[in-house]
Amino acid sequence: MTKQFELAVDRIKCDGRGLCAEILPERIRLDSWGYPIVAPGPIPEHLMGLAARAVDDCPVLAIALRRAQVQKQRPK
Amino acid sequence: MSAPQLLAGPDPSRGSERRAEHVARLGPLPKGGHALIELLVRTGLTGRGGAGFPVGLKWRAVTTASHGSAVVIANGAEGEPHSRKDRLLMTSRPHLILDGAMLAAASVHAKQVVLYIGEEHHAAMRSMSGALTERTEHERRMVRIVAAPPRYVAGDSSATVHLVDAGIATPTTTPPSPRDRGVGGAATLVQNVETLAHVAVIARTGIATDTVLITVAGGVRAPGVFEVNVGTPLGDAVQLAGGASEPVRAVLVGGYFGQWVEPAEAWSLPLDPHALRARGLSLGCGVIGLVPASHCAVCEVAGIMRYLASESSAQCGPCFFGLRALADACTRIAERGTDPGDLQRLQRWSAEVQGRGACKHPDGVVMFLQSAMKTFGDDFAHHPAHIRRSA
Amino acid sequence: MNNSVLWYTTRGAGAVSLVLLSAVVVLGILSVLRVQTTGWPRFLTVGLHRNLALMTLVFLTLHIVTAVVDPFTHLGWLAAVVPFSSYYRTFWLGLGTIAFELLLAIVLTSLVRGFIGQAAWRLLHWLTYAAWPFAVLHGVGTGTDAWSAWLFTLQAFCVIAVLAAIGYRFMTGSRDPLADARSSFQGAVDRREPR
Repeated sequence: MTKQFELAVDRIKCDGRGLCAEILPERIRLDSWGYPIVAPGPIPEHLMGLAARAVDDCPVLAIALRRAQVQKQRPK
Repeated sequence: MSAPQLLAGPDPSRGSERRAEHVARLGPLPKGGHALIELLVRTGLTGRGGAGFPVGLKWRAVTTASHGSAVVIANGAEGEPHSRKDRLLMTSRPHLILDGAMLAAASVHAKQVVLYIGEEHHAAMRSMSGALTERTEHERRMVRIVAAPPRYVAGDSSATVHLVDAGIATPTTTPPSPRDRGVGGAATLVQNVETLAHVAVIARTGIATDTVLITVAGGVRAPGVFEVNVGTPLGDAVQLAGGASEPVRAVLVGGYFGQWVEPAEAWSLPLDPHALRARGLSLGCGVIGLVPASHCAVCEVAGIMRYLASESSAQCGPCFFGLRALADACTRIAERGTDPGDLQRLQRWSAEVQGRGACKHPDGVVMFLQSAMKTFGDDFAHHPAHIRRSA
Repeated sequence: MNNSVLWYTTRGAGAVSLVLLSAVVVLGILSVLRVQTTGWPRFLTVGLHRNLALMTLVFLTLHIVTAVVDPFTHLGWLAAVVPFSSYYRTFWLGLGTIAFELLLAIVLTSLVRGFIGQAAWRLLHWLTYAAWPFAVLHGVGTGTDAWSAWLFTLQAFCVIAVLAAIGYRFMTGSRDPLADARSSFQGAVDRREPR
């Protein structure tokens, strides 16, 4: 089974530049204030190239690809 | 109702209990370690800071991540405006808290203990530092006091660690969580002071404590902190506070990140973290707030929303702008009357804000607002314009 | 090889490098200013900025290689890497060497930005504001036809464009809508010892 990846945004580093939503509108849209809302779940194979570009083009390195995780309860 | 456990002993209003009396009353400090952690797991003690996470599991996790140099932070910041329990414990039972902190340090293999106390909470500061002078040389060398800025998020775990580590009390991105990488990169245990006090009792008795500290505030005759048995009906706690001073519109259970409940349902609610969770509620930091019927519910909610929005650390766009937009919409409804557009906006923005901050602040506020819109649905839907009333 | 070809190539590649570098600086500033229109997305500004920077290095390499290889200039390869080591127009050429090395550092660190982290990358990127004026001064000082009409016009245009962009950037505040609120909150909870 091939590795699956998902996009994760560092909410503190992100300052609403919006390039990620321009590059990957299939998975990222901007909220009412210009900050990215990322569709949850792994990225489809055919969009991985664009996802990698979105990660690379972010001017503040606020978005990254990580191994797709199973949802689990997060303690404080 | 059986005897209090944390506040047993001399009257808390008499001030800081001295070490000699504390030891005479409760016995010497037991040993911490693996056995204590397992005991905590068995007793099912949950945190009293607001999140209610199982204490034993947390200590296990920190021990695993610790390489003999973990850090324990006793969180007494008490940023929740109406909560008084942590201060009461610090000013009257400092040695219970210090015992708990030392037991934690021994159990998770920590070499440093930090007492995180609100910088404006002078009595608590005095009491804890005074109590520190009565401890052993070894303990005194391990412990230091760090002052918390008087802001709501200053008590957040990652903000606490950030302040202790780098001098700025803003929440940080997790992962990594403080349990794994906290102060100086070491595994850090952040535990509320009341929780540590419970640990100090449990370590001596070998069984679970069966009390909880509650702050009753708002429209009651004698607001204050009360130690009640777990499972006590909320109405009984309100009676301890002298009963409602006027007819009650609604009860806020769990402080500003809690839920609104109608009085009829509220009085019989058991003050038990597990039981409340089963009903979709949360004890949180133990604040029970009564809103009198003479107060406008929408205006109360709008005021609290404005406060919570202003307490955003402004690091994440969705939180800062989203909460401000939500608070503004609530204020518009409160001052100018209901507008269906505003009601829709509240729904839409709540969905957009939830889960999109680095910490739990926006989530807590959204849950508070959603609970308010459910409980005060009619008030929100048909609110007339009137002058803003202060809380 | 005909000496003139090398000489013309050196000067031509140098001029193109300057134009490209100026465009890169302007695009970098437009990127920070978050400029965008319906037809011009932000990733285009960033993409052009990077691609033109790489092109600049290509033309710079051509400029340097043809200059060194040209027997007329008596430049050794050392002059291309050690500033102020050439016999030919020592000072002005040295500025060019420095500009080249700064640009190389900036581009290389940008290529490994993910490894060195945003903070380190940003610090090095500020060197652009040293690299560009050095490149301009180098062109003004070394070009034998620096004062010929076409080259003078070209250089003037580049300088005006970049200075205008810099001026505009420092006149407008931060485009980060959270900047003020964030620093004000940080100020309120900052408990580090005053220096």
